[in-house]
Amino acid sequence: MGKTSKRRRLAQRLFLNKFFEYLFLAAILLSISVLLILVGDVLRKGLGSLDWSFITSMPSSRPERAGILPALLGTLWVIGLTALISIPVGVGTAIYLEEYANKRSWFFRIMNINIGNLAGVPSIVYGILGLTVFVQLLKIGPTILAGALTLSLLILPVIIVSSVEAIKAVPSSVKEGSYALGVSRWRTITGVILPMALPGILTGSILALSRAMGEAAPLIMVGAVGFVTFLPDGILDRYTLLPMLIYNWTSRPQDAFAQIAAAGIIVMMILLLITNITAILLRRKTQNRVE
Amino acid sequence: MTNKIKVEHLDFYYGNFQALKDINMDIHQNKITALIGPSGCGKSTFIKTMNRMFDLIDGTKATGSISFDGTELLDKNLDVVQLRKRIGMVFQKPNPFPKSIEENVLYGVKRHGDVPKSEWDELVKTSLKKASLWTEVEHKLNQSAFSLSGGQQQRLCIARALATKPEVLLMDEPTSALDPIATAKIEELLEELKKEYTVIIVTHSMQQAARISDYTGFFLNGELIEFGLTKTVFSNPTDKRTEDYITGRFG
Ligand SMILES: Nc1ncnc2c1ncn2[C@@H]1O[C@H](COP(=O)(O)OP(=O)(O)OP(=O)(O)O)[C@@H](O)[C@H]1O
Ligand SMILES: [Mg+2]
Repeated sequence: MGKTSKRRRLAQRLFLNKFFEYLFLAAILLSISVLLILVGDVLRKGLGSLDWSFITSMPSSRPERAGILPALLGTLWVIGLTALISIPVGVGTAIYLEEYANKRSWFFRIMNINIGNLAGVPSIVYGILGLTVFVQLLKIGPTILAGALTLSLLILPVIIVSSVEAIKAVPSSVKEGSYALGVSRWRTITGVILPMALPGILTGSILALSRAMGEAAPLIMVGAVGFVTFLPDGILDRYTLLPMLIYNWTSRPQDAFAQIAAAGIIVMMILLLITNITAILLRRKTQNRVE
Repeated sequence: MTNKIKVEHLDFYYGNFQALKDINMDIHQNKITALIGPSGCGKSTFIKTMNRMFDLIDGTKATGSISFDGTELLDKNLDVVQLRKRIGMVFQKPNPFPKSIEENVLYGVKRHGDVPKSEWDELVKTSLKKASLWTEVEHKLNQSAFSLSGGQQQRLCIARALATKPEVLLMDEPTSALDPIATAKIEELLEELKKEYTVIIVTHSMQQAARISDYTGFFLNGELIEFGLTKTVFSNPTDKRTEDYITGRFG
């Protein structure tokens, strides 16, 4: 009697195990297939218009002649400048918080809590802040610099948090080993802490930058324009961005514009793919060197 | 008999918790001093006061006096970088840097910048020889330090400490993560090292303390219960608690 009920419970458990396994598998398949359908749709619509002249031409009101060059360059300028600003500031802040700040001070505690919170603030809020502070108060105007500063604010919390995590992950025994040799704090940071934390810092920073690459909302606030027919050649120029140009095209009625919008999306996806692969490769390379 | 280090009325606090109470001890030059006592009694804390490693922990405080060749080590204005060059430290678990064997040995001198580049090769060789690791690694100096065994890594850490030409070596249970053969190698090495250096070693092994040390200090709950020649401490302790600990009746 007891034996059969035990066996029944076992059978029930095995059934539930299988049931949930298939349920989760179905959930994964569903999300992957939605993604595949989206990508497939974009590729089908866009591949026909994607050629070299699409990348090297100016936007135009005639879709068959239109290209993305100003937007592509605008995106590269803004993201490049954002990287130059946000990575040094973010990593510097992380080093200060982990290695210099007194962890018992109220200043440290407030900073720590708030940086975490800042990462959750909607990006449009950073747009408003950028407009008030950089564009109007500092009179930088609706330029690439203002856009990059705004995006830097947006992704700084993410860079700081991931850098802090990477620095925390450096074993304290290694730090102590360096200090015990009479090596100063700064040389310990450059000698063992940063080299060991670098893979984590780079991965976090590049992923943050690739998120910034897809942002349009805060940059509309600080004056990126949807349609320009000149190329940026300095940080005080006006600019447009890939997401904005794509949005501009999708909002037009003609079918031909929908097609080149899809081609623009493909270019964005390629850019994101490149940055993510770079992150993976950098991580691999530095890890190999460390081992 | 010369005193290398003289500790007087040393009190030590982690925040409000007093971890060392009125410690007095003379560390003799070119001798091995062993520190024994049950877990949590303050042995690590004590050796960390001598190279000021406690500076790295927020909220710590040391009062009293530690005089090292006449220099007051607890002086707030002391240059700890210079101090730690003269008093080296080896930790419980081998902690080589994620760099090559050679880079590990040169790590300190490269960052202090006080040894000319032309002498680096020689320094690597002499340091590794003193740590009796040279013959095992001379053909793979550029390989990662992680490719070495635990015992070899620990000797590399000793070589790394010796490269900055210290006068005193602090060792916090340097063999507790090693097997008996690797342990024997390090004990042998200590015999050699004491000719040139003054060694202070924390150990949980009574046999090790008895085998290798000239002086022994017994700690209990942050107090130094007994201190003297190892022979005397082990054969004829003055305090009942020392005797109980050494004979394994508690601890
Ligand atoms: N960073 C710290 N903060 C607060 N208290 C500490 C800290 N490090 C050690 N202590 C306390 O100080 C006392 C002495 O610790 P210590 O590490 O010196 O002991 P130990 O004799 O080395 O022990 P073990 O043999 O286990 O290594 C213990 O009560 C411990 O809890
Ligand atoms: Mg200890």
